[in-house]
Amino acid sequence: MTDVTHGTLEPLSAGGIDDVELYHPKSWITKYVFSQDAKVIAIQYALTALAIGLVALVLSWLMRMQIAFPGLLSFIDAERYYQFITMHGMIMVIYLLTALFLGGFGNYLIPLMLGARDMVFPYVNMLSFWIYFLAVLVLAGGFFVPGGPTGAGWTLYPPQAILANTPGQQWGIIVLLVSLMLFIIGFTMGGLNYVVTVLQGRCRGMTLMRMPLTIWGIFTATIMALLAFPALFVGAVMMLLDRLIGTSFFMPAIVAMGEQLGHKGGSPILFQHLFWFFGHPEVYIVALPAFGIVSDLISTHARKNIFGYRMMVWALVAIGALSFVVWAHHMYVSGMHPSFGFFFATTTLIIAIPTAIKVYNWVLTLWRGDIHFTPPMLFALGFIVTFVNGGLTGLFLGNVVVDVPLSDTMFVVAHFHMVMGVAPILVVFGAIYHWYPKITGRMLDDALARLHFWVTFLGAYLIFFPMHYIGLMGVPRRYHEMGEMAFVPPSTATLNAFITIVALIVGAAQLVFVFNLAWSLRKGRPAGGNPWRATTLEWQTPQTPPAHGNWGQTLPVVYRWAYDYSVPGAAQDFLPQNQPPDPGTA
Amino acid sequence: MNELAPTTPNAKIANAKIAPATGWRGTVADWSSDQRAFRTVSWGKAMMWVFLLSDTFVFSCFLIAYMTARMSTTVPWPMPSEVFALEVSGHHFPLLLIAIMTFVLISSSGTMAMAVNFGYRRDRRKTAALMLATALLGAAFVGMQAFEWTKLISEGVRPWGNPWGAEQFGASFFMITGFHGTHVTIGVIFLLIIARKVWRGDFDGGRRGFFTSRKGNYEIVEITGLYWHFVDLVWVFIFALFYLW
Ligand code: HEM
Ligand SMILES: [Cu+2]
Repeated sequence: MTDVTHGTLEPLSAGGIDDVELYHPKSWITKYVFSQDAKVIAIQYALTALAIGLVALVLSWLMRMQIAFPGLLSFIDAERYYQFITMHGMIMVIYLLTALFLGGFGNYLIPLMLGARDMVFPYVNMLSFWIYFLAVLVLAGGFFVPGGPTGAGWTLYPPQAILANTPGQQWGIIVLLVSLMLFIIGFTMGGLNYVVTVLQGRCRGMTLMRMPLTIWGIFTATIMALLAFPALFVGAVMMLLDRLIGTSFFMPAIVAMGEQLGHKGGSPILFQHLFWFFGHPEVYIVALPAFGIVSDLISTHARKNIFGYRMMVWALVAIGALSFVVWAHHMYVSGMHPSFGFFFATTTLIIAIPTAIKVYNWVLTLWRGDIHFTPPMLFALGFIVTFVNGGLTGLFLGNVVVDVPLSDTMFVVAHFHMVMGVAPILVVFGAIYHWYPKITGRMLDDALARLHFWVTFLGAYLIFFPMHYIGLMGVPRRYHEMGEMAFVPPSTATLNAFITIVALIVGAAQLVFVFNLAWSLRKGRPAGGNPWRATTLEWQTPQTPPAHGNWGQTLPVVYRWAYDYSVPGAAQDFLPQNQPPDPGTA
Repeated sequence: MNELAPTTPNAKIANAKIAPATGWRGTVADWSSDQRAFRTVSWGKAMMWVFLLSDTFVFSCFLIAYMTARMSTTVPWPMPSEVFALEVSGHHFPLLLIAIMTFVLISSSGTMAMAVNFGYRRDRRKTAALMLATALLGAAFVGMQAFEWTKLISEGVRPWGNPWGAEQFGASFFMITGFHGTHVTIGVIFLLIIARKVWRGDFDGGRRGFFTSRKGNYEIVEITGLYWHFVDLVWVFIFALFYLW
């Protein structure tokens, strides 16, 4: 079989498929508010996600204050603490990262990188955002209902999630479940668009195996989301029924406060299975777009073709597929049959193989590359290190015997913050530094960007590294206050105070980033069309920022893969994907 | 920019005179080609297929959850063939109503398939009439379901309990048939809307849609058909796993 990725072949289809008709907005409202342009929708998604993410950040500060200086902020009682934990986790994972990677970057990059004018069904795409927006409003509404938001933990395990005396049992849990269902409906509308655009809406010459890895990451993650969210949806429906009309799907017979409750015969473990059938793929829904983006950042800023493109694609697909058969590694201590533990530990460790392939390929891409330490490159490097770190502790936790004592300790908190908190967030930053010039036409300030990077990167390590140790010392997670526990040495308290102070500084340092975004919008250095001298199509648009319809009169035609950097003998050191083969250079 | 609606690739591909390869070679050729991974599938149809894939997971989760509950409960599960029996003029017919409902729904798949066929022949009247018939059969199904719900409720079945055994019986029954019934209802509404458009000749005159200002075409009949057949197929599984088990 010929290698379609490297050749400078002619576009494949003889006839080609005709250009599509575009929807043209008629007023300011349909242009910027109820917009059907994927680029505007992308910005709407991103700003909404970042705004609600800021709430989650503030919540993390409050939690840290309570952990380090119990009682100092007197309004954080045990109930509030649990509510903060729950909302922080839920917002960060779903409403920030999922929405930002797929709704934000997906919408912006899929049509542009594939040479399309827009998503295939722009109207549905618009609905997707507004339903997401509604979901965020409903979620935020949880803070204002009587009793406040739910404090069940982001995993929402029954029975406690709906028992009296769990904070937010009255309204909070209902509001959250409804918000999740809305999120899933909204996401599905967008997700269908992303998948069909990638499958059926590419420009001439753009084969699947010429797509930039960013698109492969987003595409795989979207398919996973479309197959994983149903489990959460079903879980949410059933829990809502348990809570509202007294069914017993998840509720066993319980005596609470000396009273026999009305439920009997339900299975709490069933919810855990449904939740984690969604929950584990969710980790990769966040990670795969990050993988893809990092591959492109590294290749562009090291001026070197990605090492093992095909292997990278297949690794993404393999990780996506495998992540559907590992979910119960979150349930080793749930009381499920022990032989399940053996099965799920095995599958979990197998995932390490494609993941390790990706890490090796990133490193080999960097190997002897012409590395430019631009802000996107710094964040990409930060990601690799952090991801390897979180991945290694993941290998420990994947083994039943190691996990059982570590389960529900701060070690787990440190692990998942490394691997799905810090690592993807670093990619989000790197990607914004990379694509901001295309989105706004101006560069972000370099010095501020570097400051932001170092504070965030080093800060994240100072926060989460010691947390592993605290966990090994036996400090449990989700504890409002430790009180007098003989097995926890006092040194952990000092360490906790240290972590909190760093967390406050790191959080505050994000203001530098926000300031940079706002300031550069007007005052930034004009970027030109292709400041990073990148090959992918979004940098070849006739206008920057790209206009409605992206490509002016004629759609681009693609002749090569996305990684022709440092091509020997070429006039520049890169060949854009839409540059026709030239007898002189080939 | 040319005026062709994006949802008519079939005609365009035919024009381009590409002889499609078949079988595995065809699949490989499709997936390694540019622009489209499925050469002959329009955007709308592709989107419906992906949606149905996702919806399959929703129904699978519902059904698996129900089966888990049924297998793990310590209380006996009510006998479906007794619970869903009807007395007709003194005779006792197990599962009579369900059999009729299933028959009605499967028949509606038949009328739907015929509607799709006439749609591609651009036979406006027959298409609209057959879609209307499909919608009526669907509505009849929902009506019988409502009757069944009423009957069970009057016999004391509730989501939180019933006279004969495990609580989860009522809960699963109302949840799953309710969710499926909602799908059927949505399908009926869509059928009526599309049938009206077909009847009015929207797809012959290239009339623009309300929200998107895109032009529709007869393919939407087939896409609606995909959804409808899916809903029928799901019913077969519910029938087998809930009533016949
Ligand atoms: C500013 C950086 C962050 C800090 C300081 C922070 C801090 C914390 C703290 C203190 C907890 C509670 C630990 C406990 O007592 O159990 C927590 C929980 C959690 N965090 Fe973060 N976090 C940060 C960022 C993130 C990000 C980016 C994510 C996205 C994945 C995330 C996801 C979670 C989740 C899922 C939980 C578990 C909630 C639960 O137990 O129900 N965090 N975080
Ligand atoms: Cu997992």
